[in-house]
Amino acid sequence: MVPGGSVDALSEEEWIDIEDGLIMADCGAELSGALVHKARKRRGGSIAALKESMISMLPEVAPVNEPAGGPFVLLVVGVNGTGKTTTIGKIATMFRQQGKSVLVGAADTFRAAAVEQLAVWVERAGADMVRQHEGADPAAVAFDTIKRGVARNYDVVIVDTAGRVQTDRGLMDELAKVRRVITKAYPEAPHEVWQVVDGGTGQNAVMQVEKFREVAGTSGLIVTKLDGSGKGGIVLQLSHKFGLPVRYVGVGETLEDLMEFNAEEFISSLLPDQSAD
Amino acid sequence: MFNRLSEKLGDIAHKLRGAARVSEADLDATLREMRMALLEADVALPVTRHLMNEVRERALGAEVAKSLQPGQVIIKILNDALADLLGGQRRDLDLSKIPSVILLCGLQGAGKTTTAGKLARLLVSQGKKVALTSVDATRPAAREQLQVLAGQVDVPYIAGEGGSAAAMARSAVKQAGRDGHHVLILDTAGRQVVDDELMNEIRDVATAVGATERLLVLDAMTGQTALQIAEQFHSAVNMSGCILTKTDADVRGGAALSVAHSTGVPIRYVGTGEKVDAFELFDPQRMAGRILGQ
Ligand SMILES: Nc1nc2c(ncn2[C@@H]2O[C@H](COP(=O)(O)OP(=O)(O)OP(=O)(O)O)[C@@H](O)[C@H]2O)c(=O)[nH]1
Ligand SMILES: Nc1nc2c(ncn2[C@@H]2O[C@H](COP(=O)(O)OP(=O)(O)OP(=O)(O)O)[C@@H](O)[C@H]2O)c(=O)[nH]1
Ligand SMILES: [K+]
Ligand SMILES: [Mg+2]
Ligand SMILES: [Mg+2]
Repeated sequence: MVPGGSVDALSEEEWIDIEDGLIMADCGAELSGALVHKARKRRGGSIAALKESMISMLPEVAPVNEPAGGPFVLLVVGVNGTGKTTTIGKIATMFRQQGKSVLVGAADTFRAAAVEQLAVWVERAGADMVRQHEGADPAAVAFDTIKRGVARNYDVVIVDTAGRVQTDRGLMDELAKVRRVITKAYPEAPHEVWQVVDGGTGQNAVMQVEKFREVAGTSGLIVTKLDGSGKGGIVLQLSHKFGLPVRYVGVGETLEDLMEFNAEEFISSLLPDQSAD
Repeated sequence: MFNRLSEKLGDIAHKLRGAARVSEADLDATLREMRMALLEADVALPVTRHLMNEVRERALGAEVAKSLQPGQVIIKILNDALADLLGGQRRDLDLSKIPSVILLCGLQGAGKTTTAGKLARLLVSQGKKVALTSVDATRPAAREQLQVLAGQVDVPYIAGEGGSAAAMARSAVKQAGRDGHHVLILDTAGRQVVDDELMNEIRDVATAVGATERLLVLDAMTGQTALQIAEQFHSAVNMSGCILTKTDADVRGGAALSVAHSTGVPIRYVGTGEKVDAFELFDPQRMAGRILGQ
């Protein structure tokens, strides 16, 4: 390794390996090719240059939009099975550990035992929950949750929603209604709308985020299951294209398996090991 | 499904359609575009490479250059390569043993529990006596979820007992036998393939009950890693097939090709929605045609 950390003048084969690695991490073939091409043209071509241009694709992370007073209202959305409910359990725990009171609304009234699943997480977190009967109108649950959260002066109010594929017009309309009703119950809410993306997802994630942003006003991303074989390379495109920050990453199935997103670490995980850094 | 890929290939065909003759360079350019289109459809890189070699060889053999519609010929060649890879002939589930155990395994959130309900409903409609059981002790309310689904499709839920997943599975199979069920569908906890402990657990469960069918339930939105997922589950449980879920998400669905390429097992069904009747037979020919927008 070259002292000082820059590993310059890689061979053709090494560059191909890097590009292949990016493709197999789900960064997308076009983007991977363009990134490597650009890095090779700069400064004699180094991994450091590549890394730099990848990091620069991620948006500046603004602080979370927290209210001056009254509850912080968070709406959690995403396609089926990405990890919304589990992540809410983890986030609620995090807030509780900061000494905040947390109220969670069970607006997935559709999926079998969705409310029971959320109830377990809410209890583990030491939070409170608003629930209605199975098949109830999700918007009504969301409305109740916000009203109660404001009336009882909770610090944090989180609304769990049912998973839905972005192509389902009916369910996407339902989500838009949930959001509208939240604002109706409390005009400055939701303060944040976080979309949960499975770290193993391929290029389909671009359409997912595009649609959800349009319908629910996504303001941030959470990438889950990064403890698995998926590297979440699609995040690069998502963050860049939509200017969305990654707020947290999920790395397992327990309450503690939530981490703040670290851009540097994330980008490194998409590239070959660089012992010189 | 596979919409974007069709579009791109349509463009390629269009470009080559008018060409009087196709040079080696044209063929290379076409293959490069196909490669990008397949990768964009989440076909794993090694599988894409394999397909491109296949198409190149077949294209040279078929003397594409001399044909009247070179674009169509190349696309037909890719179509055949895809159809071959996706499994050619369909085979029914082997349910000859009584009770037959169908093991469902896969990553967290892939759709195993929902699929268990769908499969039960389908087999009941074929006159089978079916029961459901879950050995998922990890996910909160996992068993309640399957119980609710059992109620929806009107089959019994059997609660297995024991200290391990394998023991619970064994006890449920015994109970299914005593109750005279033809088929027991065994739902398992989600797991990541890099989790050795849980991969060993699923291996133990599969052997403990001698599962006649061992099906990987895979999210059709899965990216490049589908290849590794299929390989690892195959090596753990010797998969007999795969079920692709959430195909209603307008997926390009290259994951299907990754599974077929790395394991050679047939994809049997596709999930097309959240409800218990949103379930269809997988048809390789039709799927290949769909990829190409035909
Ligand atoms: N390995 C791993 N598993 C996770 C992670 N986050 C969630 N899961 C698992 O993924 C599965 C689905 O999680 P849920 O929280 O139910 O997902 P959801 O988005 O609420 O699902 P729906 O409400 O059905 O759309 C569960 O088995 C979780 O334990 C993670 O970061 N790592
Ligand atoms: N749109 C759609 N959703 C599906 C399909 N199959 C399953 N789902 C949804 O995907 C989510 C996860 O399904 P589950 O059956 O809980 O997945 P699982 O593999 O059992 O999850 P774990 O047990 O946590 O590993 C749920 O919201 C299901 O409704 C499908 O074909 N289409
Ligand atoms: K998933
Ligand atoms: Mg949920
Ligand atoms: Mg399950």
